[in-house]
Amino acid sequence: MEKFTVLNGPAAPIELSNVDTDMIIPKQFLKTIKREGLRKGLFYEMRFDNEANLINSFILNKKPFDNAKILISYDNFGCGSSREHAPWALLDFGIKAIIAKSFADIFYNNCFKNGILPIKLDGNQIEKIINQIQSGKVNLEVNLLEQKISSTNINFSFEIDSYKKDRLINGLDDIDLTLKDINFITKYEIKNLENWLVPEHNHE
Amino acid sequence: MKPQTIFDKIWDRHTVKKYSSGECLIYIDRHLVHEVTSPQAFEGLRKNKRKVRQPNLTLAVPDHNVPTTNRNLKITDDESRIQVETLLKNCKDFKIPFFSINDERQGIVHIIGPEQGFTLPGTTLVCGDSHTSTHGAFGSLAFGIGTSEVEHVLSTQTLITKPAKNYLIDFYGSLGKGVTSKDIILDLIGKIGTAGGTGYVFEYSGNVIENLSIEERMTICNMSIEAGARAGLINPDEKTFAYLKDKPLSPKNKSWDEATSFWRKLKSDNGADYDKTLRIDASKIEPQVTWGTSPEDVIGINSRIPDPQKFKTEEKRKSAERSLRYMGLKPGELISDVKIDTVFIGSCTNGRIEDLRKAANILKGRKINDGIRAFVVPGSGLVKKQAEIEGLNKIFTEAGFEWRDPGCSMCLAMNADKLQPNERCASTSNRNFEGRQGRGGRTHLVSPEMAAAAAIKGKIFDVRKV
Repeated sequence: MEKFTVLNGPAAPIELSNVDTDMIIPKQFLKTIKREGLRKGLFYEMRFDNEANLINSFILNKKPFDNAKILISYDNFGCGSSREHAPWALLDFGIKAIIAKSFADIFYNNCFKNGILPIKLDGNQIEKIINQIQSGKVNLEVNLLEQKISSTNINFSFEIDSYKKDRLINGLDDIDLTLKDINFITKYEIKNLENWLVPEHNHE
Repeated sequence: MKPQTIFDKIWDRHTVKKYSSGECLIYIDRHLVHEVTSPQAFEGLRKNKRKVRQPNLTLAVPDHNVPTTNRNLKITDDESRIQVETLLKNCKDFKIPFFSINDERQGIVHIIGPEQGFTLPGTTLVCGDSHTSTHGAFGSLAFGIGTSEVEHVLSTQTLITKPAKNYLIDFYGSLGKGVTSKDIILDLIGKIGTAGGTGYVFEYSGNVIENLSIEERMTICNMSIEAGARAGLINPDEKTFAYLKDKPLSPKNKSWDEATSFWRKLKSDNGADYDKTLRIDASKIEPQVTWGTSPEDVIGINSRIPDPQKFKTEEKRKSAERSLRYMGLKPGELISDVKIDTVFIGSCTNGRIEDLRKAANILKGRKINDGIRAFVVPGSGLVKKQAEIEGLNKIFTEAGFEWRDPGCSMCLAMNADKLQPNERCASTSNRNFEGRQGRGGRTHLVSPEMAAAAAIKGKIFDVRKV
């Protein structure tokens, strides 16, 4: 996983609550067996019309937001399905941080597994950032080391779990970390994995 | 000892290690796998030369992408076929038990887990699917995970996660006639919103819940995720044990006795602490119908479509206006005046035998309205078989429904079953998001009984008046 330290770039406001994962990546793109190449499917039904032409009015189709590195949205971002195709598509588009009032649980976790930083800010802070973007100052800097978001008139700090921060900064893989604790898992299984917990399968 | 909730008890028992940040390494007893969210996880295992730690605690089945017609033929959509074949290959390579597409035990993961006795009380259960919360109906701490976590569970049989907070939701009173567990959960989501449960595990309790069948409880737990909750739990009771007894993968003989004596201690203790509590008078709940593009956009069958101008915040107003535009509806319209084109009965929310019995009960001796396209997709091959033994398939087909093969089907429209732009559907599924059932498709979430009523009348209709 790529390390996340400081990110700088255009931030695109998606002024909606409950941006769901069906919206972020519709089902027809879930048929892949790969993680890569999902850029095209990102917000597909908002970016493309029925004839697959670009919808020019959609934010991610406008310059400079077609190069957005950051998204800004309201409540419950990423609700719905557990599909990790949502963060994969965001990443493939170049988006590495999402700022929102709140996130749905599974999506929030999925971001960290892919080196994407989800940041929770309050409604006023989000309005200030959106206002500034709409006034033409579209770039934001997200500094994970210092836990700060800044631009011309903005200087906000944000909270993040120390363990998650450490993994992002160092680009660590969770499975590698857990495998270091394999003895704990083995001991747990010896003590707790009782007979009734192990099913007797009868399969092909 | 301090009184504990069922969530606390399961969590404590499954904590392998605590990290300084407050995150825990949690042991996973049960892992359900399907074709859509697993290929990249298996690819990761291969790339890093990792094995599956506990293949026998894993069970795989294709469901999301499978056709519901002509099952004897090859899947015509290349991508879908590759995904289904990839799952089978992965299971064979990693020695994971699986049900193939032509096995009568094949079906939606959340239907087959309980049906096979793979789902058990007091266990932790995960699946790369958000509706994993379904299994909470058995007192299993069950939640959806992403593909990276699927890989993590396959290789370590654990997950790194933080404990959730406890949210007790107590339903008292008695359910009115024609009101179902689907209406209970839709009503709850309408009250607390789609983010109302974020950070919490719900515990559903009260006499209303105790009186529900296991199938009805599954419908409620299934949609916990639609309120943002990590999981939904119901204390297991004698009904739970009776449901699981003699299921193919349930514990047998001495193991059964050991299991049940453990399960009997799982119930939340009197005096346990909850971070939040909500009490709901179930006798006030009416049959529910969604009007918008979020499950929280829901009203009773006798209500009018709300006016966005009356919503409290600018954000809510905008979102309601957008929903109504998408749905092609006007504020003030009676929801029961809304005409529909299509009816879908099925999904992990309402694709069980009891759901089919209830819908068939309404349809018996009746015909669906002219021009309505209606189909039933049983949740599993065994549900289908049972329904055919009971003659339910005849009731459906004589009424004008199509009788299909099992799978997720038009709940998420990954296969050929989808809505056309502006096509309006009364659906027993769980999500009414924009485009969920097909681009431009308009979904109204309802119970199986209400879906049957809608099919007969050609519009959203109060099942109590059929």
